[in-house]
Amino acid sequence: MSGSPTTDLAAIPTFVLDKVGQVQYEEDGGFPVEHGYIWNTCAATENGNPLFWDEAVADELTDGPIAPPTMLSVWFRPHHWSPGRTEPAVPLQAHFDLKDDLDLPEAIISSNTITFHDPVRIGDRIRSRQVLRSVSDPKTTKLGRGRFWVIDVEYLNQDDALVGVESYTAFGYRRETR
Amino acid sequence: MTGYLLHGDVSVGDTPPPLGVDVTATTVVLGALASRDWRPMHHDKNFAVERNGTQDIFLNTPNQAAWFERYVTDWTGPTGRLGRMTFRMNTSVFPGDHMVFDATVTGTHVDAVGCGWVELDVALMVGDVATTTCAVQVALPIDDDDNPWNRRGDSWHPDSKGDN
Repeated sequence: MSGSPTTDLAAIPTFVLDKVGQVQYEEDGGFPVEHGYIWNTCAATENGNPLFWDEAVADELTDGPIAPPTMLSVWFRPHHWSPGRTEPAVPLQAHFDLKDDLDLPEAIISSNTITFHDPVRIGDRIRSRQVLRSVSDPKTTKLGRGRFWVIDVEYLNQDDALVGVESYTAFGYRRETR
Repeated sequence: MTGYLLHGDVSVGDTPPPLGVDVTATTVVLGALASRDWRPMHHDKNFAVERNGTQDIFLNTPNQAAWFERYVTDWTGPTGRLGRMTFRMNTSVFPGDHMVFDATVTGTHVDAVGCGWVELDVALMVGDVATTTCAVQVALPIDDDDNPWNRRGDSWHPDSKGDN
């Protein structure tokens, strides 16, 4: 990670560097884990795993129904609209903050590691917290000129048990002008 | 629980059967909404083309993760328990693409608490292009009396690494 000035991108502001390693945006999921979304996801991927469709299998293997592990991020994604909110809420706010703070209007997630811990169960209330791990020196890719950054999202249930960690590597960039 | 894949059934170099899927706009939109991803590049073609510079709407990352999970657990059966997945997105998957998942077993090991792990390199291919790759670590039962889902706390180490 570096804050060294460059000729084409501004240096990383100090207030951004100060966020590295700090917990940000601790938030509760907007709703308890529900079976409907599990079936939606299984339907969208034609996933016939009996753990998610057959209660007897779920009872035998997992002591009752659980969510597909890869649905971890689903449980904290905000509703598209909710009463009283004037701005659209976005998941992974630390990522969108960096786009603004570094003046890099476009961004993609280039890699993502998910580590799965305790299973997520129907009725769980999942909360998340975001930690910025690093911001790179300026890089040039086929998309444009920008910086990579890494953000960890930790997920816990209502009993404070860790259910998973997602580590996102993103590339924020400016599109090449032709 | 019997009849499912056991750790001892798997060897380095094994190749689980491929899975082919024709991607439509419905595939993309259904997957985005199921994963509560409301961003317009996954349902609004004009936005995707004009703002993202892509040819069309494209599969979102959480839905790709769900597809990879489905592919791996089709092979393992329900006793397979995912420990870790690392995705690398190289290019996007669009309506009209025929995506094919394939995989190779790259390692197996039993960790210090007796959990049997299999590592796979999985690829989502469109034609000859690996649009997304995923390194997967999944726990399989050691024998018919073992169930990875029973592991909690100190008996579950999804970051476990083998020597191979």
